[in-house]
Amino acid sequence: MTLDHGLDPQVREGLEGLLLAMADDEFVIGYWDSEWTGIAPLLEEDVAMSSIAQDEIGHARAFYSLLGELNGRDPDAIAYDRPPDAFRHCRLVDHPRTDWAFTIARRYLYETADAVRLAALADSTFVPLAGLVAKIRREETYHLAHAEGWLRRLAEARPEGRTRLVAALRVLAPDAATVFTPLAGEPDLVAAGILERPSAALADEWRLGLQPLFDELRLPIPGPAADPSTGRTAHGDGFRWLWGEFTAVRNLDPVATW
Amino acid sequence: MVSVTVARTAAATTEDVWAALADVPDPEIPAISVVDLGVVHRVVVEGPRISVELLPTFVGCPALDVMRDAVRDRLRDLAPGADIAVSFTFAEPWTSDRITPLGREHLRVSGFAPPLPGGAQLLQVVPRATCPYCGSRRTRQENAFGPTLCRSQHYCADCRQPFEAFKPV
Repeated sequence: MTLDHGLDPQVREGLEGLLLAMADDEFVIGYWDSEWTGIAPLLEEDVAMSSIAQDEIGHARAFYSLLGELNGRDPDAIAYDRPPDAFRHCRLVDHPRTDWAFTIARRYLYETADAVRLAALADSTFVPLAGLVAKIRREETYHLAHAEGWLRRLAEARPEGRTRLVAALRVLAPDAATVFTPLAGEPDLVAAGILERPSAALADEWRLGLQPLFDELRLPIPGPAADPSTGRTAHGDGFRWLWGEFTAVRNLDPVATW
Repeated sequence: MVSVTVARTAAATTEDVWAALADVPDPEIPAISVVDLGVVHRVVVEGPRISVELLPTFVGCPALDVMRDAVRDRLRDLAPGADIAVSFTFAEPWTSDRITPLGREHLRVSGFAPPLPGGAQLLQVVPRATCPYCGSRRTRQENAFGPTLCRSQHYCADCRQPFEAFKPV
């Protein structure tokens, strides 16, 4: 069953792209971070990272479900039956989890960017999305507090923690802003009041928001995306490996009901 | 011999439905019912049709399907033959402030500190849950995350008991 919600076809196409991008971001970072289950540096972090990963995959499921209401597809099929090249997650979440400092650096950059993006959808005229976003923002508060606590701890842990953290931020710098890769049909989404402001404005707001803490901890603030045109389409070998992992069970028996 | 199937109609009222839902435990914390947890958003009874809308406590809660099935099964017992629809909605966000006073007491008695009021805004300060065993406020949060998405972990400095709290959200 599809619900058209009275949307203009062009707006609807843009909205589908937005939902897919957000769902894929949450899905891919959720799977990477779930790899810490059992091997996090501390038992408490084993629990925390598993819980955060479960939240993110849950958010992805909700976005895929909303997308499924628009395009008539089964949310599981959207998540698991696409080839790797059809994923639209950003380069920031494409990187493998690497070490703990890398995971924390990526989590912090992603959570702060996601918070700006979610805020720009809080009053969306697409009411089902605004409702879901209101709920997700309350949960993300915990993720942001977790990432910020660890960013500070590592930045102050000299020499090894800080060295690893700074190295991770440098690797991620060219890709951090890809969360805000402009979407096809973005002007339509803004005109329809679905997205409050264009991605470029959100990226500026995000970078400005990083400044106080990054200045205090003397950490390098990432610049603009190195190649904005491929921000959501250039996937690396790491992601192809992850894709093989997260589709493995589904591919054992694609029609099984769990 | 002619066999006749008599479709029994739902004689249930809205009040009956709410009362029946008060018997349905939360799948992850069975000490509290779905009504006291505040997840029942709306009950509509129209002729033979009963519609119930539920608010997810957490978007990614893996117990949602179990909760939906438990609600549907209970309503089938209440009104056999009724056309029952149970769905989830994000029409308003579930927050831990929706837990009823009775629900909070049930949580405490079963060893879970009830959530502090005010939802997740409280994260500005480190939340000090009240120990569900001895009532002390001299507790510390050990982990904002726990064995399920809705629980955090704490330690009481007075009775030296680790305990869990329902997260404010």
